[in-house]
Amino acid sequence: MASKVTRLRALALYKELHRLGRDYEPSYDFHGKLRRLFEKNRNLTDDEEIEKALRFGEYIKNETLALYSLRKYRHLKRMYPSNSTSDT
Amino acid sequence: MRPSAVRLLNILVPIKRAVDYAVKIRVNPEQTGIDLNVKHSMNPFDEIAVEEAVRIRERLKDAVKSIKVVTIGPPKSAETLRTALAMGADSAVHVEIPDSAPSPEPLGVAKTLKALIERQKEGVDIVILGKQAIDDDAGQTGQMLAGLMGWSQATFASKVEVNPEQKVANITREIDGGLEELRCKLPVIITTDLRQVQLLNEPRYASLPNIMKAKKKPVEKLTAAELGVDITPRLETIKVTEPPKRVGGGKVANVDELLAKLKEAGFTGKRA
Repeated sequence: MASKVTRLRALALYKELHRLGRDYEPSYDFHGKLRRLFEKNRNLTDDEEIEKALRFGEYIKNETLALYSLRKYRHLKRMYPSNSTSDT
Repeated sequence: MRPSAVRLLNILVPIKRAVDYAVKIRVNPEQTGIDLNVKHSMNPFDEIAVEEAVRIRERLKDAVKSIKVVTIGPPKSAETLRTALAMGADSAVHVEIPDSAPSPEPLGVAKTLKALIERQKEGVDIVILGKQAIDDDAGQTGQMLAGLMGWSQATFASKVEVNPEQKVANITREIDGGLEELRCKLPVIITTDLRQVQLLNEPRYASLPNIMKAKKKPVEKLTAAELGVDITPRLETIKVTEPPKRVGGGKVANVDELLAKLKEAGFTGKRA
């Protein structure tokens, strides 16, 4: 962890990803993987590498959000199918 | 006649803490209702309503003065209000009911909302809410509220355009067979839909920093009694049962067998 700024960014990212992981499929061990990946990068010093790691974290966050969106969309579409013969 | 003063718009978004969409619904052992000891979250239709209110403000900018969210529910509903505040609402009202009390019926909700609207010193111009809750699928609250208030209503909205100067809203509705466009004078009640033709919007994710900021936003606590509304249920649920289990289909070996099975089932293929 090079500077205070990146340290705060990394912590915020970790907290956000941890919160997102609560709704993930439990057998995947999202929290375990999250912790291990962060710990693997704990001793980075090069600014470029830190930036790359943080960007990867953001990418995972967006991917997870997209997965949740899709899951919800599919569920709701199944729950409320469009019947051309329905009254509503 | 004095012209009405140019007033900024106030939006009210009623939301409901309902059984989460992903939960597998089970009927309770007494057959009086469903098992409520499960995960709850904001009704997805109401999420769309909150998102639409925030987007209306993003489009109209200063013409919108406030977005207020309200919920009628047990203490845990405060979390749902927090999520709505994190999505962009400014303030919230929590009409608290005890944990043991039964879920209010649409008419009770509509009456409570009417009392709340009449209490707002600055008035309410747009009420936008989900078309139905995913746990009871009643789909009545918006319409009942419009009836009680005598306001215009546009249900199953798939597109909303507000014109604050002319005090109208152009709303596109999903109907069987396509879309219908209405021009409604403000104040108006809008219910949001999730249909296949056109999704109204994709609700934003409430990020952790926004949730933290939402903790500072004001939440007013009230009771139905304080609003002078009686929300005792008028309907009695006699029995709740699961739908009959699906009977599996059978395979047939050839066309003759198919015809024999159809005859057994009563399909003769002869004109009556």
